[in-house]
Amino acid sequence: MTTISTDLSQSPPAGNSPSLIEKMALSKRQYEETGHYKGIDQLRLKQTDHFRYERVWAELRGALVSARETALHISASPIVRNIGELCFALYTPEGDSVVVSTGIITHVHTMSEGIKYMISQAYEDSPGIKEGDIFCNNDPTLGNVHTTDVHTIIPLFYEGELIGWAGGVAHQVDIGAGTPGHDPVASANRYEDGFYVTCEKVGSNHQLHKDWQIRAGLSTRTPVYWALDEKCRIAGCYIVKEALDRVIASEGIDYVRQFMDEAVEEGRQIFLARIKERLVPGIYETASFFDAPYADKAWHPEARIDYLMHAPLTLTIGAGGQFHMSMDGASAPVPMPFNASEGSMQGALWVLLTQTLIYDGKVNDGAYLAAGHNFPAGTWCNAQDHSLAYGSPWAFLIPSFTGLFRLLSRGYFARGFREEIVTGYGFTGDPLQGGGFLADGKTYFPVSNFELCAVGLGARGTMDGLDAAYAMWNPEADMGDAEVWETIESGLLYLSRRYKPDTAGYGRYRGGSGWEALRYVHGVQALQLYSFREGRVFHGGAGLYGGYPNSADYKVRVHNTNMAQLAAARKPYPLGEADPSDSELERLVQGEFLRTNEGMMFPEAFGDGDLFLSLFSGGPGYGDPLERDPQSVARDVLGHVYLPETAERAFGVVVRTSGDEMVVDEAATKTARENLRLRRSARAVSYEEFYARERELITTGQLSSPVRQMYQQSMHLSPSWAAKFKQFWNLPDTFSL
Amino acid sequence: MDQATLADLIDGKLPWHQLKEVLSGNKDIARFDLYIEVLQSRVSFKETILLPLGEHLYVVVDASGRRIVKCDCGYEFGPVERNWKCASAVLVRDSDELLEEIYDPWNRCDPSWEELREFYCPGCWSLLEVEAAPPGYPVMFDFQPDIDTFYQEYLGRPVPRS
Repeated sequence: MTTISTDLSQSPPAGNSPSLIEKMALSKRQYEETGHYKGIDQLRLKQTDHFRYERVWAELRGALVSARETALHISASPIVRNIGELCFALYTPEGDSVVVSTGIITHVHTMSEGIKYMISQAYEDSPGIKEGDIFCNNDPTLGNVHTTDVHTIIPLFYEGELIGWAGGVAHQVDIGAGTPGHDPVASANRYEDGFYVTCEKVGSNHQLHKDWQIRAGLSTRTPVYWALDEKCRIAGCYIVKEALDRVIASEGIDYVRQFMDEAVEEGRQIFLARIKERLVPGIYETASFFDAPYADKAWHPEARIDYLMHAPLTLTIGAGGQFHMSMDGASAPVPMPFNASEGSMQGALWVLLTQTLIYDGKVNDGAYLAAGHNFPAGTWCNAQDHSLAYGSPWAFLIPSFTGLFRLLSRGYFARGFREEIVTGYGFTGDPLQGGGFLADGKTYFPVSNFELCAVGLGARGTMDGLDAAYAMWNPEADMGDAEVWETIESGLLYLSRRYKPDTAGYGRYRGGSGWEALRYVHGVQALQLYSFREGRVFHGGAGLYGGYPNSADYKVRVHNTNMAQLAAARKPYPLGEADPSDSELERLVQGEFLRTNEGMMFPEAFGDGDLFLSLFSGGPGYGDPLERDPQSVARDVLGHVYLPETAERAFGVVVRTSGDEMVVDEAATKTARENLRLRRSARAVSYEEFYARERELITTGQLSSPVRQMYQQSMHLSPSWAAKFKQFWNLPDTFSL
Repeated sequence: MDQATLADLIDGKLPWHQLKEVLSGNKDIARFDLYIEVLQSRVSFKETILLPLGEHLYVVVDASGRRIVKCDCGYEFGPVERNWKCASAVLVRDSDELLEEIYDPWNRCDPSWEELREFYCPGCWSLLEVEAAPPGYPVMFDFQPDIDTFYQEYLGRPVPRS
């Protein structure tokens, strides 16, 4: 195992002014010694002239938002232009974010890690950091999430001195990995993750290097989109630069320098104040899981295992508003592309906090500083081994952070802030990917769909979750226009997009609904497709206070269909599969059906006339489903959120059709709910009996292989988690699985 | 926020335009006291609510000063330091049949990888919490509030003694 060095003890370059290494070390020391960013305990600029301070903030914030909106119209691939898979940020010289744009702001912190890496590696000496330089990074081991999120970072100078950095991230359609697309499933090591750029200087004098452009152009399957997105990122960074120059011209360099530092400290202070305002001190615990059933699929021998990801999450809130979260007990890294770097976990923590505790105010790395965290080294969430695959860490990262929403919501509930509660979110999964050639045999088209950027949000504490409108990594969720996706994925047409019944988690307030899209392969010579979601387990965990998890995924595709004959005969064709147990697909189409109750699908060949059903996640529920207003359940059935039989079996609500309406049968509903309550009391067992049964599973070796291995890994990697496990089940210290 | 508005918020009856104002507005530090007032007026038991713990559940202090977890139906789950789930009734959906009572066969988890645990109040049979966890997973202790610190450091007053 090897790890890329982040040693901060390298000698600084010679010169009179402090080097960036020295500045970064000083900033770190000042924070450790004082608890304040750069030792700033008074926000003097804000106190002296509040309006001036806020005006500067607003001008920079507006510039960052404008940079994103403008740049994607200057030049961008469809994936960036269609749904804004892009963000920008302004950083201090030490690499701490000050002001951010909208968009995929999970990357605000990942770029921070990239800047800090360049500083720590003495880039000032070699390759040098000069005005006009352009740097590029997409290496997860330096803080990025996965290789398809590409950073462009430029240093910002004033009269020869570096005063900050501007950075932009855009998500690529393809990154030249072993399989086409942006989130591979088949890669087992770094060398299959695709095009790696490890904090490289790729431009000087405000121009990209020619050799870099050639290399990048040859390293992905979609060089035109790569070039468009790189121009987009550069354009945005220069819009940020110009905005900073304008502020310096009007306010003076000294003011701007001090402003940048105070804004970070204010961000930190706001975070701590919010904790005391909205939460209750104490210990909050939960856990999330994700399945990777690879035993019968993996291409590499070492990856032929069924793996269960374990993400235990403990949040401790202190007397002074201190925040500390820990994933102690997380399971081991994998020979799969789902490993995560510490930087990506930090970015995810930050982006979720910006959506719940610090959605207003000064959103920057101040909150990151205040949010203590432990992602244990050597586990999947901080693997520290650059030879591993990091192509799709989202598969583990996204479910693992559902717990954070649940835990914070318990605090909101206790304080009475019911409106802030959210039970989690659906998995932004089923990223249909691949690529192929049109019938001419020459025209390549990528399949890198990003309509998954709009899944169900978990139920709120006062209302249902958003339907098909949430992505944890992009607060501006957007599924994009089907017509645009068809333009890119020109051999893969849409037959439908519609709500998928029964995807929303049950509860007094239901989760947001998921949805489905039926795709039709047409006019291709060759095509491969793959995708992934959870399937053996529910996404993340359950809901809150009696709310159930949203439905797990399954996969269905149909090869060698009679769709052409149906069209020629003008017969009905399917639009999806509202009820998989009474399948519209199977009623209307003939062909070779492949159906599994797993979400993982390795690359598979498709041909003209084949069908693929994309399934997008709903969100978890809140509260006892038997307490849901029956009229709301009737509206759900009318709106295709639930099937009528699900309304009865999960909610105890009996509905019937009356013209265009769905009406509640009050008497039958009363009886159904009474019966469900009686069934609870008739079948539930005492806690003691439950405990004895579960313990017996462990002591008598009745656990399945992936579950047993998960426990083995967590106990091996964390003695404290092992002790907790043994203590809970009253097992001897010598016990092992 | 007045008591009626908060009551509507709790009941999910606040119209969207009002709820949006609450979501976008500043949080009132007085919310907690008002919240306790509303909740206390709704329960039939006499003990003082110290902290709402979840739907139906409260940490209360009884006449002898003990802090216990209590359901709004009156069922007592024991001291707050102990996980209230240890005094609940449990149904584990750990088979295809039990899972398919509420999920379509294509929408459920695989019970050899994960099970659903439903924790009920033995007094009123309300469903209080659901866990989705692998078989053999330790029961989650969702929340252990530090009530003394909350009252003293966050609210600036001592904890009610009875």
